[in-house]
This record gives sequence, structure tokens and C-alpha cells, in this order.
Amino acid sequence: MIEVQNLTKLYGSYTAIRDVSFSVAPGEIVGFLGPNGAGKSTTMRILSCFMPASAGTARVAGYDVFRESMEVRRRIGYLPESVPLYGDMRVAPYLDFVAEVKGVPRSARKRQVAEVMDRCLIADVQNRLIRNLSKGYRQRVGLAQAIVSDPHVLILDEPTIGLDPRQIAEIRSLIKSLAGEHTVILSTHILPEVSMVCSGVVIINRGAIVAQGPIDRLVEQFFPTSRVEVEIVGPRAAVLEGVRAIPGVVRVDDSARDSDGPARFVVESARDRDVRGEIFQLAAQQKWNLLELRQVGMTLEEVFIRIVAGEESQAATGSTEAEA
Amino acid sequence: MRIWPIYKKELRLYFTSPVAWVILTIFLAIAGLFFYAIFGNFTRVSMQMAMNPQGGRDINVTDAVLRPLFANLSVILLLVMPLVTMRLFAEERRSGTIELLLTYPVRDGAVLIGKYLAALTLYATMIAATLAYPAIIVGIARASVEWGPLLTGYIGLLLMGGMFLAVGLFASSLTENQIVAAIVTFGVLLIFWIIGWTAEFATGTLGAVLTHLSILEHNDTFAKGVLDTKDIIYYLNFTALALFLALRSLESRRWNG
Repeated sequence: MIEVQNLTKLYGSYTAIRDVSFSVAPGEIVGFLGPNGAGKSTTMRILSCFMPASAGTARVAGYDVFRESMEVRRRIGYLPESVPLYGDMRVAPYLDFVAEVKGVPRSARKRQVAEVMDRCLIADVQNRLIRNLSKGYRQRVGLAQAIVSDPHVLILDEPTIGLDPRQIAEIRSLIKSLAGEHTVILSTHILPEVSMVCSGVVIINRGAIVAQGPIDRLVEQFFPTSRVEVEIVGPRAAVLEGVRAIPGVVRVDDSARDSDGPARFVVESARDRDVRGEIFQLAAQQKWNLLELRQVGMTLEEVFIRIVAGEESQAATGSTEAEA
Repeated sequence: MRIWPIYKKELRLYFTSPVAWVILTIFLAIAGLFFYAIFGNFTRVSMQMAMNPQGGRDINVTDAVLRPLFANLSVILLLVMPLVTMRLFAEERRSGTIELLLTYPVRDGAVLIGKYLAALTLYATMIAATLAYPAIIVGIARASVEWGPLLTGYIGLLLMGGMFLAVGLFASSLTENQIVAAIVTFGVLLIFWIIGWTAEFATGTLGAVLTHLSILEHNDTFAKGVLDTKDIIYYLNFTALALFLALRSLESRRWNG
């Protein structure tokens, strides 16, 4: 549904994005992830036909965003990061205006506006001036204008920024409910949001794509081992040696040690092997006190930090190539 | 071309915000003051002439009231019109709404024309309200008005205002600051207003060109009851050029960089 190839955008001599390529399948919700200033908004502005790329192509629903811009614009709903709305308009007339501009036929307009207001939970403020709405309501009005024409593709730039936790949950479930019939690309720097809402993820850093794919596959790729956090009271060296001897253990990371007190460390083993039982047996045999034994789930957050931090250290040594 | 929804939206924004009402009020207050002064003067002079039958030339409403009134209205418009158009693009750029507007399936040209027509509608409302003055002359003062020159005077006003609005729209498309847009509009219009004055020091073709460029050269003939194609084409040309520049300015963001 969205195909981006070698997209590059220069602002003067500053390269905002460089050789960005990714694709989003129909019905998918993809998270576009990256630290601030990574090029997320730039990419979305190009996809939404607001500005052209310096090089490369982007196609939405099979149409080129530059050469067949009108066709693309008929099929997208876009929510820019700043949620720009007309403060001097009231909610319902505003949405009616957007629906009309987007070509929703007169006969369907009233119904579609009412429907979208219900869906975005803004029916109770439909007669208020947008200027007087709270941030949460404004955000939902912004989302409503994006989906009012029932577009195939939704481009949402930080849709949950600045909301309170309850509103965030509401917006997320709304976005989730759009999956299937709509293709959604949403940018964010809130990582749990991506794992909760999205099926796939594209990670961008310093203007270049550094990783992309389904979330669980990315996690596997970056963390091929499963991890167990252990805390044992006992002679440190002997404990570590004993644990290392357990078959299947790949690595024992004891960098988080205290000078005295119980030994704390992270045991990494092959992904399909659970070594917790053996660690317990070992402690029982040696009569060491086992204080904690906990499996650590590897999250997208850690993948992200590893990639972005890795990029930074690589950049420091002069190389910027990183490929997932 | 989806001009209609843009037009409706702009007109709604004019009249749901105080902008249109403030402009209408101030414009009509000043215009009313001018009419009062001019018409008061006219009645006084015609009274004196009635008491002194052997002296004085002919005096009529068209020459003594309407022509000076139209000339004064033009000067007020020079000051007021930049305020009508300054918001149209500058505010969209400042608040970022232009990013949404220009990603909707409407052509830049439709956005431009929609906004222009909305401003033109507000302007037409402004000058339509000044029709009260000839109505007062006829209805209350029981004087007669020549309808031909009155009609051509309003045609001239409409053409000139249309040009002012186009210049204002272009200035507004250049900046996200409404004050900058207003000052640029006012500056451009004022320069073209008085550019003919420099013609006195230029000779031959240059002088003729400078004279022709001057707004002052073109706005009085209408009030005299003359429809000269030279003047009509001057205003329409100027309007078209300004709108074309505004369109290019809107499109400029799509130029690769």
C-alpha cells in the first residue's frame, strides 16, 4: 500500500533523510520509530504530498506522491504533528468542511461526519469552538478530520503526544480498530505504544532506516538469546562458575555487581532453552540462597536503544553503516 | 475544482471571527464621515448659489458629491484592504493549517480562487453598504442622482478593490506574519498609487509608462461615468498578475530542493 524507495530530502545542505526505503502492506499498522529529529515528520510530509522529495520515489496506493499527487491525496488521511486546526471554527462545521473538500458526496456527508464524531468521542463538543477545546479533544478532532473521508491510508504523526494516560488508551484503541480496512503508518517515540498498536515497525535514526520488520522478528534478531535475571547469596566466583557450567548457557553478564552482598547477574541462554530449573537445582545442591530468579522479556525498547546507541558509537568511530 | 468549500470556509471564518465586523464597522464609519462632510458642503454651496442667482457655475451631485466620495473611498480602501487579505495565507502558514489544506485533494489554484472570492464577497458587502449614500441623497435630500455615473463608479470601485485584494493575497502568501503581509500590500499599492508623480520628471515613453502604471490615473474616469477599456484592462491585468504570482508562491514549496 505504501512503497518508499531511496527517498532523500535535503533542506539546503542539511540532509533530513537519506536513501529511505520501506513498504507497508495493506491493512497493516506500522510504527515509524525514531528519536527526535530522525526524519519521521519529513518522511510523512513527503508521503502526504505536502512537499516533494529531493530524490527517490514514494507510492501510496499505487500512485506516485509527486506525479499523481491528486490521486494520492484522495486516498489518504493525514494528521500532522502540530495538529493544525481552525480555531475559529466549530467542530461539526469544521469536519463538514473537511469532508466536502475531500470529496465526500453531499448525501453521505452528514452521516459520515456524525459517525466519525461518535467514533472519536467528540460528539459532545461538536458545537464548541475548536480554539476552546482541550489538547485531548483537539487531538481527537485532528484524528477525526483524517478519517472522515474513510481513506485507504492514514498517515499519523505522533497521534498520542500530549495526552493524558486515559486519552492515550482511547486513541490507541481507536487506531487499533482502524486496522484491516485501513493501512496506517504512525510515528511516535513512545516505544510501548508501538508494541501495543502496531504489527510492524520501521526504525529510523539520523535520516536513515536502521531496522524494519515485524516486532517479534526484530526482537529475535537483535536478541537471539533468552535472558534470566538471577540473585544468589554465595561465594561469587563459585556461583558464576557453576552457572556458566550449565549446558545451554551462552553468556553470564555480571556487570551489574555490587562489591559485596548477593551476586546479581544476567544469564543468557539459547532462545528455546529454559535454564531456570537448572539454576535452582545448582543453588539447592550447593545450599546457596536463591533470592531471585526471573525471566526477562526482551522488548522493542531494548532493541531500539541498542540500535540507536549502537549507531551513535559507530558514528563516533566514523562508520555510519548499520543494517538490520 | 473544489472552490466552493474553500470559499464557504473562508467566508465563515470572516464572519464568525470579529474580522469582518470590525472592518465593516470601521470602513463604514469613516466612509460615512466623508459622505457627511462632502454632502454637507454640497448642500451649503448649492444653498449659497440659490441665493445668488447671477453668479456661479452649474453644480451637480455627480461632480460635487459622488466623484469626491469615490475618490475618498479609494483612499480609505488603500488603508483598509490590506487588512482584509493579510490573514488569508499568513494565518494558515503560522498555525500550520496550510499543511493540512494543501494535502487535501484540492488544487492550489482552487484554494487561491476560493479565498479570493471570499475576500471579494466581503469587499462587495462593504461597498454595497455605501449604496445607502445615494439612497439618502435621493430619498431624504430629494436631490437627483445620475444613475449611469453611479453604476460605472461602483464598477470602478469593484475593479480597483479586486486588484487590491489580489495584491494582498500575493503578499499574504509570502509570509507567515500578518503584519508583514499588510505592510507589503499597503506599500505596493501606495507606490503604484503615486508612481505617476515621478512621470513629471521623466520624458517620452518612460513618462507615459509611469503614468499608465499609476492607480490614480485610472480610478477617476469611472466616477465620471466613463467606461474606458484602457482602465478596465489595467485593473484586470494587475489582478491577474498578482493572482498568478500568488499561485506561483503557493506552488513554490513543491519545487525540489
